[in-house]
Amino acid sequence: MVLQALAFYVFAAVAVAAGIMVVTARNPVHSVLFLILAFFNAAGLFVLMGAEFLAMILIIVYVGAVAVLFLFVVMMLDIDFVELRQGFVKYLPVGGLIGIVLLVELFVVVGGWVSLPATKSAIAEPVREGVSNTAALGRLLYTKYVYLFQAAGLILFVAMIGAIVLTLRHREGVKRQKIAQQLKRTRAESVQLVKVKPGEGV
Amino acid sequence: MTELLKEYLPIVVFLGIAIGVAGLLTLASFVLARQKPDSEKLSAYECGFEAFGDSRGQFDVRFYLVSILFIIFDLEVAFLFPWAITLKETSEFGFWSMVTFLGVLTVGFIYEWKKGALEWE
Repeated sequence: MVLQALAFYVFAAVAVAAGIMVVTARNPVHSVLFLILAFFNAAGLFVLMGAEFLAMILIIVYVGAVAVLFLFVVMMLDIDFVELRQGFVKYLPVGGLIGIVLLVELFVVVGGWVSLPATKSAIAEPVREGVSNTAALGRLLYTKYVYLFQAAGLILFVAMIGAIVLTLRHREGVKRQKIAQQLKRTRAESVQLVKVKPGEGV
Repeated sequence: MTELLKEYLPIVVFLGIAIGVAGLLTLASFVLARQKPDSEKLSAYECGFEAFGDSRGQFDVRFYLVSILFIIFDLEVAFLFPWAITLKETSEFGFWSMVTFLGVLTVGFIYEWKKGALEWE
């Protein structure tokens, strides 16, 4: 139990510290690396809560894919560090507003959890003994929450189409292999026999 | 709960040893090795030339497309794991719900293939 508490405090402290570094690091690439550290610590917190599947998905999807995507975005932008520091005052109202909204939401969540008795029933029951975390998810997700599951599929579908529509550019003048056209060629249209008289060129 | 966390104890031990060894080696190189700091040792080195150009050159947007398509299929596979181990309980309905999900994404996959998004040049 002591070890568990210790692990919680270590994970939580490192996650918060990494989060602060994400915001304050000068180099955006370092920010992304600190974000990865924060993801790892969040995964550790999930494991402590018993949500093994979520922890592993967090590492596979967020660290393995989303962080790489962020790195690409950071590298794709032509970042000028001097220019990046400017405009701080300009964006302060918008950023501050979003921060305040998030803070209020946090207070509402924590306050509701403490004061309202109705939330007690909404807090998830512990998984029964002998049922693994992943199995408990699977029993609910594909039957009880089937509409949400299909909605997730549609969102992925829209993301796929959207990414292709927005970023796919075919370059002109690139030679590609077109198997059907290559096989359709006949000798008559591609080979020509030229009679060349001796002593003259073609 | 504690049973579950006991299974993670080897990982914690492994992590502790890894951090310990890495820290020890870093510290040892500070303490034991000869230190001769030189600004040239830290400067950028590009196969014997002076570095020309910034390391943060712009990137082709196609890398982004490839990685976003990868994330989508990564998530699709993530949904398959709980489905696969509970197929006995969720039975036919669960099976067809997953087939519909995969069908939607297969339509996207065919679109992507026909559009040539999977080809590089």
